[in-house]
Amino acid sequence: MEKYEVRLSGSGGQGLLLAGIILAESAIIEGKNAVQTQSYGPEARGGASKSEVVISDEEIDFPKVRNCDILLALTQKSYEQYNHGLKDEGILIIDSSVKVADTEKHKIYSAPILESAVNKLGKPMVTNIVALGTIVGITNMVAREALEAAVLKRVPKGTEDLNKKALAIGYEIAQEAMV
Amino acid sequence: MKKEARLMQGNEACVEGAIAAGMRFYAGYPITPSTEIAEISAEKLPYVGGKFIQMEDEIAGMAAVIGGSLTGLKSMTATSGPGFSLKQENIGYAAIAEIPCVIVDVQRGGPSTGQPTCPSQGDVMQAKWGTHGDHPVIALTPSSVKETFDLTVRAFNLAEKYRMPVLLMMDEVIGHMREKVELPDPSELEIIDRKRPDCDKDKYIAFKPDEDLVPPMADFGIGYRYHVTGLVHDETGFPSNSTKVADQLIRRLVDKIEMHKHDIIQWEEENTEDAEVIIFSYGCVSRAARTAMKALRDKGVKVGTFRPITIWPFPEERLLELAKKVKTIIVAEMNLGQMVLEVERICNNVTKIDRVNKVSGDIIYPEEIVAKVEEVL
Repeated sequence: MEKYEVRLSGSGGQGLLLAGIILAESAIIEGKNAVQTQSYGPEARGGASKSEVVISDEEIDFPKVRNCDILLALTQKSYEQYNHGLKDEGILIIDSSVKVADTEKHKIYSAPILESAVNKLGKPMVTNIVALGTIVGITNMVAREALEAAVLKRVPKGTEDLNKKALAIGYEIAQEAMV
Repeated sequence: MKKEARLMQGNEACVEGAIAAGMRFYAGYPITPSTEIAEISAEKLPYVGGKFIQMEDEIAGMAAVIGGSLTGLKSMTATSGPGFSLKQENIGYAAIAEIPCVIVDVQRGGPSTGQPTCPSQGDVMQAKWGTHGDHPVIALTPSSVKETFDLTVRAFNLAEKYRMPVLLMMDEVIGHMREKVELPDPSELEIIDRKRPDCDKDKYIAFKPDEDLVPPMADFGIGYRYHVTGLVHDETGFPSNSTKVADQLIRRLVDKIEMHKHDIIQWEEENTEDAEVIIFSYGCVSRAARTAMKALRDKGVKVGTFRPITIWPFPEERLLELAKKVKTIIVAEMNLGQMVLEVERICNNVTKIDRVNKVSGDIIYPEEIVAKVEEVL
């Protein structure tokens, strides 16, 4: 059985809930089961935010992440808050602005997700799509075609090219992070 | 027709179910974590000829739902803890005036505004006793997105069949989570509409029950004239000070449920045949219970699960049968012990009862249930 437990964390407003939804929909497009849950504070922007996705070939009973396989942390605070939940052999994907602890033992991929969205695409609102490209580029947890189809289903009309570019940049920085 | 599997949120499934059941009026006041139910109702109702209204507060939302239902439209409101408290008086009004309607409570941490974005099961006793006076209660509690759809349809059916408010007790996890669902084709659904009078308009006695204790209900405004009040009333609907009338009315309202409880009560059980321990849970916690059960079964521990789908009226007959066969029932719930009181009332002299409780705003994890089972064995 193939099962992924993924936690996407950062701050409110970075689009991580939508990223989780898109990741879950990519898995469904591939014929798998997926459950997405979220947690966020009472504030609309700026508070800690996480979106969790469990993907499995089998029925999913417990909907939340228990043994995190893949953790995305876009902020220092979210890294510090959720790092302990990542299992020993789990994969840690961080924005390059995040400083990891000296004691950090996980396999780490650091990629300029936030900076690429701003500098290469000029649109901080596609941060979440760049992040998805990065995660899938590193882990191959869903097929790129499925991810693109899921992204295009969810984004506003007229932004398709921008979002495809965001995915491409995500794959690119994933490649660089793996070197 | 091939059904398309799609990712759907619990709150969205609630609206899909409501519209499939025939909801054509929604009134309410948005509150986390139920807000999507209002949002999606506002978006979808106009496409099916329905109406959505955002009222000034939850009290007015409940009152408008009662009015909408009186005119013959299937009506619903949704809220969370603080709003559920505000709606209670009018829920009692709907009970005594026998107004079919559906009230959804997506439970969050309380009391007061508590934890708006966190799950809880702290309102399950409020569902039973929140409004004053003896009154009939039907409360259903889903544990998945698909079941939220199914139970919303069922909530409308029961409301229409028994002419009363029906409560759908969700929780933040079920309301907000998204999972893969395939919704049934609307033609496959059983949809129940309220009994309407077939007598002449001047012969209509609004609260004269049939043999099933349910009076036929005329749409207000089409010529069947009758009086609706929150006061104790006789069969015409006008207030009465007669002790006999009061006794008959209140007993009939409660007996209406008692008489039909086998039609209303549903539960699900798994691996109870040889179980030594039964994990009792409902709503999102039953997902943790199932994971815990599988992990324990893998270790050879004889454990089963019992999940009330209808929490009120409570599935006591079946639970008592099971209690006689097991060593312990563990009640896991996201409050400091509410449904466990009902389990204790029924099973106290028959088996041991233990608890797993949580009020931190986090879901109960399978590991916590596993630890409790291992402790009691």
